[in-house]
Amino acid sequence: MLKLSTAPHLNTPTTTKGIMLDVIIALMPALIVGLLVFGMGALQVVITSVAGCVLFEYIICRYFLKSNPTTGDLSAIVTGLLLAFNLPSGFPISLTLIGCFVAIVIAKMAFGGIGKNIFNPALVGRVFLFISFPVQMTTWPKPQAFNFMNTDMETGATTLGILKHLKTNDFAQIPELPSYLNMFIGNIGGCIGEVSALAILLGFVYMLYRRIISWHIPVYYVATFMLLCSIHWLLTGEIRHEPLIHLLSGGLMLGAVFMATDYTTSPMSKNGRIAYAIGCGILTYVIRFYGIYPEGVSFAILIMNAFVPLIDSTFIPRVFGTRRK
Amino acid sequence: MELKTFPMGGIHLDKHKITSDKPIKEAGLPEIVYIPIKQHIGAPSKIKVQKGDKVKVGTLLADADGIVSADVHSSVSGEVIKIDDIVDADAYLSTMVVIKVEGDEFEPTIDQSHEIKKEITLSAEEIVKKIRESGIVGMGGAGYPTPIKATIPEGKRVNTLIVNGIECEAFLTADDRLMVERAEEIVIGAKILNKALGIQNAIIAIDENKPRAIEIMKKITRKYVGVNVRVCESKYPQGAEKQLIKAITGREVPSGKLPIDVHCIVQNVGTVHAIYEAVQKNKPLFERIITVTGDNAAENPQNFRARIGTPASFLIKQVNTHPENIGKVIFGGGMMGVSAVNMDAPVTKLTSGILLLNDEDATKPPETACIRCARCADSCPMGLRPFAIATAIRNHDNKELKQLHIMDCIECGTCSFICPARIPLLDYCKLGKMEIRKQKK
Amino acid sequence: MDIITSSIVMLGSIALASGVVLYFVSKKFYVKEDAKISEVEKLLPGVNCGACGKAGCHDFAKACSKTDAEGFKQLYCTVGGNKVMQKVAEALGYRQEEKEETVAVLRCQGTCQNAPSKFEYTGLKSCRLVAQISTSQSECPYGCVRLGDCVSVCKFGALKIDKELGIPVVDENKCVSCGACVEICPKKLFEIRPKGKDGKRVYVACRNQQKGAIARKNCSAACIGCMKCTKINPEIKVENNLSYIPTSVDAETYGQELADNCPTGAIVYTGRKEKKHGA
Repeated sequence: MLKLSTAPHLNTPTTTKGIMLDVIIALMPALIVGLLVFGMGALQVVITSVAGCVLFEYIICRYFLKSNPTTGDLSAIVTGLLLAFNLPSGFPISLTLIGCFVAIVIAKMAFGGIGKNIFNPALVGRVFLFISFPVQMTTWPKPQAFNFMNTDMETGATTLGILKHLKTNDFAQIPELPSYLNMFIGNIGGCIGEVSALAILLGFVYMLYRRIISWHIPVYYVATFMLLCSIHWLLTGEIRHEPLIHLLSGGLMLGAVFMATDYTTSPMSKNGRIAYAIGCGILTYVIRFYGIYPEGVSFAILIMNAFVPLIDSTFIPRVFGTRRK
Repeated sequence: MELKTFPMGGIHLDKHKITSDKPIKEAGLPEIVYIPIKQHIGAPSKIKVQKGDKVKVGTLLADADGIVSADVHSSVSGEVIKIDDIVDADAYLSTMVVIKVEGDEFEPTIDQSHEIKKEITLSAEEIVKKIRESGIVGMGGAGYPTPIKATIPEGKRVNTLIVNGIECEAFLTADDRLMVERAEEIVIGAKILNKALGIQNAIIAIDENKPRAIEIMKKITRKYVGVNVRVCESKYPQGAEKQLIKAITGREVPSGKLPIDVHCIVQNVGTVHAIYEAVQKNKPLFERIITVTGDNAAENPQNFRARIGTPASFLIKQVNTHPENIGKVIFGGGMMGVSAVNMDAPVTKLTSGILLLNDEDATKPPETACIRCARCADSCPMGLRPFAIATAIRNHDNKELKQLHIMDCIECGTCSFICPARIPLLDYCKLGKMEIRKQKK
Repeated sequence: MDIITSSIVMLGSIALASGVVLYFVSKKFYVKEDAKISEVEKLLPGVNCGACGKAGCHDFAKACSKTDAEGFKQLYCTVGGNKVMQKVAEALGYRQEEKEETVAVLRCQGTCQNAPSKFEYTGLKSCRLVAQISTSQSECPYGCVRLGDCVSVCKFGALKIDKELGIPVVDENKCVSCGACVEICPKKLFEIRPKGKDGKRVYVACRNQQKGAIARKNCSAACIGCMKCTKINPEIKVENNLSYIPTSVDAETYGQELADNCPTGAIVYTGRKEKKHGA
């Protein structure tokens, strides 16, 4: 019996699963650096987070929605990895699982599953933990490169944390501030995935090469933030506003490359994406410079997520053969 | 030289052109041909023959009924054994003239020699009359009667003739081979059309992935004043009229308007070649080049020169020896071709190819949830938002539907092709068009 | 104490100010509408199906209250039926003529058993799309595509695809004959017919216009244009090899005989007594 179907009869080899796999590959450099820098503490968080996210999605699909589990599309693994990347090394297992629950069950499945969530699940999970368990969330183990078995939890502040409470304006008086090179390769304190700018850049290049994302969101996001930051720095001349430190440390790179570019929670037209990225940049600047938190990326992206439907209905691409209104 | 292309959207199809090196092969004569009397857009033609009549190759079978209609000629010599409604490729009934083939005798008026006749002796009116008498229609697939496009309507102005040698459709190589093997005829055909339209220039647009055709065409066009080759980027759907005009001239056909409104006429190379044969050789349109192909279901894909009315199964047998491998038969290419249910249906003036897919390729993958990646919108050559159309259809949101410019959709299938979630977006666009048409009524 | 007083004063004045603003705004932008319209609208089912030919129930109510007694006769809400129309008429002071209750019937019996599928369709399940690229699910060019566009368009849940038969089945208790299925079916297989006395109606469940032998080959329950039914009641006409039973043929009188004598079972009589195997 012949088969019948409507045109087109061909499909691109790229599938949802393939895209997610590419994102996972792009996350690998940052994961490796995170494990190298933080050792077993990081591994424990990553495994818990990924397993938790996949498990929660499977349970929700199988027993509550009574539908075929969508865990096969690997998106839960991406969420799990990103959530882990946003947690400090050695974060308690029980709290990590709470984060997974919030990310998958509340932020993703409650909205209808993949493609229907308004807010980035990993970020919702992180922000929930951040507000509920501020002590654990700001206990930053010091980097201990290549010393895997070290379970001695020596802790310190993140670079941005140091800057936030800086009283002096002299580099020489703040020896705990890491060098630019250490910030770039990732030998600093912070969340598991955010420490190495280099690793994140590698992932960015890979995603661009595989055409998973376009360059617009990360570049406009970072550029907007850097522009505002530089102006502020030039006007005040204070070290704590030094733009390069703000770029290389903290979650800006991770957020711009992996969080803000999430398909589901970012706009669908090119101009919309640019507007969204600029919005993220401005909000990050405002939160970091005028808010009480040293970090602002998670909140900035989540706030802009809420604006996505509005951006989508405002920035509509021009239709061929018509004039732009 | 810089490559011309259209600005928005488009996709790069994987290499499916497996037959571009295969020379055109004579398909041979089947025992019986079925010639549909409607192979064009417009009114069905009026039948001029009766059961029992003896016909020759080129004998008029049916006469055009009005302006938007076309003559149909016999493609074989033999006896008319039946005129009846016969099941067509899509299983609908269509009136066909059934001819039992006896020998291969041509009408004496047809010039069967192979020499190229360069001099154009007929006047503009005579050329159009000749095109009409030869039953030529747009062979790219639209099937719009060519004589209408060879005359400029009152109040319109034409300054560019584009010969469409861009075969961007997956798998098809019929136009490619025709340009390689019949380059000079095509160029003369373009000059004939020039004369009919009263303009001096013609642009032959070819895409990058046909290096031999580009080379040969460039060599030959040097000898003809006013005919130029433009190389375009290999991008789908570069061969769509609106996209091609934009690429070549930079003009954008306004929404709801025709190419002639931006002073352009686009003709497919196959049509231009048929015009040459009609005007210079007195040969009506009774055969065409057909690519019969498929990467998994055809062992021996070929470019055939086949008579109109040849049953598709006659051609399929020549490329495939394992009929059990065939899961789907497509009249046309992989992107815009129409899936057929009847393999014995005849090929028509519009059949540019027959694509065979095996069982696995024939099954459409199941639809999963949209991940809002926006690839459909980014690659739509018309700048539409297929994801929004699908949502509006699913929600029965007619108010939203009206604002999405669905009627501008050219149904190229790019959105469905590119979707990683395998959502049949083009199907939703088609449903949207039906909805809009219903409301207009 | 100070705080409490000041908050009460503050909140109170805000509330007062808002109240004043709201009052003036509602006065200013008040849309005056005929009280009859809302009265009639309350009586209507409120499903906005559009079966009456108006944009929705509100539109219908507007039309009812604007028209005169003569024009009112033309208006009919099929969903509410006579009961609702009676109330509407009372409210407006018109007289409502009793109209016969109707129901949608499927004029095809191209089930999976009677007319086997000729292809395997994969893709978006939509009859209208398939009708563009082919005919129907079976060899019969006039038959049911069996993908259920009618089911998805029915707002009253009166249609569902029978899993065994493959074709839609009308639930006559739920069908309000809004005509959405008639409109959407690419094969024009639905017809709105009077429900008949005690739900007894007789009709030809086939649209095939091919010659008898071919029609029979394509579907075992096809009308073959044998003319037998025309001999039972001369009002029945056969055109293009297809019989059509007009609604004037009394189902109770002729139904059993027509159904029994139809050689293929194309004639369906809903009140048929099971003699051998029911249609």
